[in-house]
Amino acid sequence: MDEFILIFRHEDGTKVASPEQIEVWMKQTMDWIGGIAAQNKFSSGTGLPFDDAKVVWHNNVVTNGPFGEIKETIGGYIIVKASSVEEAVEFAKGSPVLQGEGNSVEVRKIARRDGTH
Amino acid sequence: MEKQELIPHLFRTEYRKIVAVLCRRFGFDQIEIAEDIASDTFLAAAQTWSFNGIPPNATAWLYNVAKNKARNHLHCNTIFESKISPEIKIITSEFHELDIDLSPQNINDSQLQMMFAICHPAISPESQIGLSLRILCGFGIDEIAEAFLTNKETVNKRLFRAKEKIRNEKLKIELPGPAEINDRLENVLTTIYLLFSEGYYSVSQNQTLRKDLCFEAMRLCNMLIENSSTNKPQVNALLSLMCFHASRFEARLDKNGEHILYDDQDVSLWNADLISKGAYFLKCATTGNILSKYHIEASIAYWSTQRNDTKEKWENVLQLYNRLLQIAYSPIAALNRTFALSKANSKAEAIMEAEKLRLTDNQFYFTLLGELYTGIDHEKAKCNFQMALSIARTPADKQVIQKKLDQLQ
Repeated sequence: MDEFILIFRHEDGTKVASPEQIEVWMKQTMDWIGGIAAQNKFSSGTGLPFDDAKVVWHNNVVTNGPFGEIKETIGGYIIVKASSVEEAVEFAKGSPVLQGEGNSVEVRKIARRDGTH
Repeated sequence: MEKQELIPHLFRTEYRKIVAVLCRRFGFDQIEIAEDIASDTFLAAAQTWSFNGIPPNATAWLYNVAKNKARNHLHCNTIFESKISPEIKIITSEFHELDIDLSPQNINDSQLQMMFAICHPAISPESQIGLSLRILCGFGIDEIAEAFLTNKETVNKRLFRAKEKIRNEKLKIELPGPAEINDRLENVLTTIYLLFSEGYYSVSQNQTLRKDLCFEAMRLCNMLIENSSTNKPQVNALLSLMCFHASRFEARLDKNGEHILYDDQDVSLWNADLISKGAYFLKCATTGNILSKYHIEASIAYWSTQRNDTKEKWENVLQLYNRLLQIAYSPIAALNRTFALSKANSKAEAIMEAEKLRLTDNQFYFTLLGELYTGIDHEKAKCNFQMALSIARTPADKQVIQKKLDQLQ
């Protein structure tokens, strides 16, 4: 069983959602992760809040927030256990992040650090 | 209390105390001698009390006899004299005699330290429970065999191996230091919870034994709470969890010893005192920033004490299971989460999620699918209940499933 990281990419992190909308997304996300955990395929994961976010650029220039010059931002990630990238992709398809137009979930295999990668 | 009831009762409460104190005094590698002395003490009680009647303070009588037997042992044992005694004499010279301290404080300390010694990672989990039952709960070999649904030889072998391990590893009877206590506490709590589950989910027909197991587990947990170095949030959470579960003890079985499902239980038989104790310890558990699986399980158990099927209840239960499974996966938690999902979201969604679990060697998996398909797809419901029936092991489980099948017809 390999580990894959599912990275939530938001097209525009500056959009502000209503508290009610955030609550719905939170529940959907929790249910989605719960469903993966119920299959014993959840490893770890967390949200990455935008508050206090900074970006460090070339020459140590620091800007506020991850959404200065770029459009796309990362909202969080989870790490799942899957026997193939296809299985990990199936998990990713359930992510509520994909309800937002332009959003995506990037699926990447995690290096095992056992000399094979 | 009559003699025939009093001695088994005292055995259950005092045997472990004598063993713990003597063991700490002699060293863990002399555990069998400590057990022999404790057993001899009760044999003496059974013989003497038949002729002379029960002494006014039976417990004090037992402690006195145990002390004398221990002193005799220390004096007579030649191996002891030549090898260990010189050291002991240095320690005890200031007391002028070989003192065996059976004060309440020392009994409590010894038992607490014993608990940590038994739950040493070097000992296998099943042996930890076996030893706990024997040494901390004063259970007989027969009773342990019955609780584990196995025979006496297996239990004896298991205990023997565990004691050998103790000797080889030269385990000490002591509380671990503050740095290590959280790690070791984890094992202790696991053992206590297994002890409780052994009683609560036991298929053994012996009702008294099952209840005793649960209450012993709760008593051990309480002892951890009474000691300031082990009174941690997760310990309170575990006791809370056990209180909530135990509150339904009287409602779970009918007069014939058959299981009554949660929905059919008579709520007036739920123990209100234990429910409020559960709430109290859950409150005590929320004093730190630790969120253990016991916290989540206790919160779920709290919602089980709320009988009404409200939207709020099932949404909370679902989210708790979502969290629990991230910390500690178990097939039962996965199934329970799916049931909560059907209540909080929809049966259709729950069926989709349930099919993904593929716990095809688990009778409860098929029972759940049967439940979910009931009212949606008659044939699939029937099929799943029949699958469950074919792999159910105990008559009680088979009966519950058969009833559900009958209701479908």
